[in-house]
Amino acid sequence: MRAYKPKDDVQKKSYYNDRFYIKPTLARGSVYDDSVFSADYLSLKNQVEILDSYIELDHLVIYINHQDNVKAIKHLKEIRAYDFMMELTAVDYLASKGGFEVIYEMLSTSKRKRLRVKTFLKEGQAIESVYPVFKMADWSEREMYDMYGVVSNNHPYMKRILMPDDWVGHPLRKSYPLQGDEAASWYEVDKIFGKEARDIVGPELRDSACVDRYDTNRFARLGHEVNKGVPISEGNEPDTPIRYQEEGGVQLFGKKLVTPFDEIEKTTLKERK
Amino acid sequence: MQVKNRLKPFFENITFEREDNTMVVNFGPQHPSAHGQLRLMLELQGEEVVKAHPDVGYLHRGIEKMGENMIYNEFLPTTDRMDYIASASNNYGYALAVEKLIGVEAPRRAEVIRTMILELNRIISHLFWLATHALDVGAMSIFLYAFREREFAMDLMEDYCGARLTHSAIRIGGVPLDLPANWIADLENFMSILEEQIKVYEGLLTENRIWRMRLEEVGVIPPKLAREWGVSGIALRGSGIKWDLRKEMPYGLYPELDFDIPISDKCDSYGRYKCYMAEMYESMKILRQLIPMYHESDTQLMAHAPEYISSTKEEMMTQNYSLMQHFVLVTQGMRPPVGEVYVATESPKGELGFYIVSDGSPYPYKLKCRAPSFWHTGILQDLLPGHQLADVVTIIGNLNIVFGEIDR
Amino acid sequence: MAQHKVNYLAEGGTPVKLTTVDKIVNFGRSNSLWPMTYGLACCAIEMMAAGGSRFDFDRFGTIFRASPRQSDVIVVAGTLTKKHAEFMRRLYDQMPDPKWVISMGSCANTGGMFNTYATVQGVDRVVPVDIYLPGCAPRPETLQYALMMLQRKIRREPAGMAQRAKRLI
Repeated sequence: MRAYKPKDDVQKKSYYNDRFYIKPTLARGSVYDDSVFSADYLSLKNQVEILDSYIELDHLVIYINHQDNVKAIKHLKEIRAYDFMMELTAVDYLASKGGFEVIYEMLSTSKRKRLRVKTFLKEGQAIESVYPVFKMADWSEREMYDMYGVVSNNHPYMKRILMPDDWVGHPLRKSYPLQGDEAASWYEVDKIFGKEARDIVGPELRDSACVDRYDTNRFARLGHEVNKGVPISEGNEPDTPIRYQEEGGVQLFGKKLVTPFDEIEKTTLKERK
Repeated sequence: MQVKNRLKPFFENITFEREDNTMVVNFGPQHPSAHGQLRLMLELQGEEVVKAHPDVGYLHRGIEKMGENMIYNEFLPTTDRMDYIASASNNYGYALAVEKLIGVEAPRRAEVIRTMILELNRIISHLFWLATHALDVGAMSIFLYAFREREFAMDLMEDYCGARLTHSAIRIGGVPLDLPANWIADLENFMSILEEQIKVYEGLLTENRIWRMRLEEVGVIPPKLAREWGVSGIALRGSGIKWDLRKEMPYGLYPELDFDIPISDKCDSYGRYKCYMAEMYESMKILRQLIPMYHESDTQLMAHAPEYISSTKEEMMTQNYSLMQHFVLVTQGMRPPVGEVYVATESPKGELGFYIVSDGSPYPYKLKCRAPSFWHTGILQDLLPGHQLADVVTIIGNLNIVFGEIDR
Repeated sequence: MAQHKVNYLAEGGTPVKLTTVDKIVNFGRSNSLWPMTYGLACCAIEMMAAGGSRFDFDRFGTIFRASPRQSDVIVVAGTLTKKHAEFMRRLYDQMPDPKWVISMGSCANTGGMFNTYATVQGVDRVVPVDIYLPGCAPRPETLQYALMMLQRKIRREPAGMAQRAKRLI
């Protein structure tokens, strides 16, 4: 029986983990350490239920319920002067917690502070779009849907943005392999030539460690390139020496217009010898 | 030889059921306006754009997913390919984010070299912007002139790190190489040439009647729209909002440097053009201040944090434990603390941010690159209606979008 | 690069007897190759730099044409993604014969460093390529050397009206 490989997280993992290694965690300060942030926190606490909050690396991080996201962000924008939303994305915790963590990264230019609003969304739940508050959510939520499958309600145009419209799968999920699944690997061949051409074109060559004995000969040796398919055997590598079109002389302009390549003094080689 | 395949000519796909008589023009994913793979579907009423629908994703290479499968150091050359015109600015943003996560500060000389490279990349990016924007609007000779200057700047980058375009000149914890012997003299020479040449470009374009007519009142981004769309960089400063991360939320050496932030109240393309030209002068000012700082700094180039960063080559080749630690860091990768970090830097395009979620393993749990050009392309759907077809090219060029960033 | 069933004997290897007419036509074709601007990603910047004044591309007689209907060569510079592959094939089909393809950079050759779900692993899965050009990004001189190699290749071919198929599809 072959070993069971779990399919819910197929990303590359470290092959060696020290049994006794305790992972350090970034320091989390209390909200009240910073006056600006504590004012923001207290003001927001009256509006929405805050599940957790702390200060991490100069960012105020606030956890809310996903139903309150528009209300919280509207409050932060209008009352607390967080006038830019820099980033809107999701983190995939399907394997460990069964859902996604949607984050909203906000910036206040007047107070020079950054704030992160986080909310947990179970798999299959949809989140309310913040497009009425910040227009940048138009594209960010489309990207979130495309990459993770998180649908935003009341969004003006909930379609894929980065992947083709008929793509199957949500690429940034942990269960999606980096090199793409079966549908992905034949996508362009099926689209352009049809399924019948799969044998003619052949599968993708994804082995980056594959080394062909004649790669160097065919490619990188200037003047000694060999056409693909020409059989070469060791010791008999054919030559295509560098030649100029005008080497034999041009018809109307006479001979000796260009010094043939071999005759050009190779000064650097002489010094190196 | 025409080989039959399944692609049908497009007119067989369109349904002719439209009630209005607007013409639909597809600015396809390949077009010579040199900006990459933007597909804009425009509905035109005569010459005027009624509706614009930008479609991106034609350069989506899965960089963020690659980040989840690579160790932190391995991902650095991939960040090069995001904003490929000023590669070192992406490297710096990423390195700064990881350094903040692990709590390491780069030494003085590394910071000076990094800032020099950053400002040089800013000049390279603005020269490229000028060249392609002028080419699109029609001033083709500016393309050749600006590329000539850009070649000198890329020579400097090549002398430093060996590559013209995709630099990887910055490492997590510092820089790998010191400046070569004549680099500073070459830099001063380059700056004197550039100053004269920028005056030539300004003389050719700034008071040029055709240029002004093409650029004024075109692509007006009101400040409210700019804030809603998360616009940053010169597109924001061209709308009168004085916000530059180097001054307002400074990082690296910027608190010690003295420079101005050009802004423009006009909100249109001409204002942004003036900001770009002025920023090139400011970058040169910064570079001149950095030269004496370089000479005064101590020669350490990489931070000393053996848990996360390998030591110098001399130490590695002579000390056994350094070699062992380097081996572990290269094969397994560094293990940063568990947590999240978002660090934004001011790249030539705008606010470039990296959001890294770490779960303590050598591979990031999530790595999101906040690319400014993504929303600068999104704003086109609100900005283009009302403009003529010829203005569409001007606006796209003026907003300085790079598709490596947008699609990642 | 893809594993295709390629027509190996069509060109490359077997010598072909060229008449004077062939030589003149090939001289004309090779010295006035008009590339289509197909810059996709970072290699496009190096292609533009090759067209700039330091590494002048105009001395080869190349003029960058925007339209596929007026170009001979397509220099695929940059990463081809699966979303774009359809359009690339469409544009290649729109080019009139004789046409050639130069695949510039690692991403166009084999997918490059982007061994991911959304990248076509080599532009030759979609179009038949004549010259592969390594580098990431290749220097402009490398692009010019590739163009010179393409010129040599063109001069070896007989100048018949129809090009022989380079691949089975």
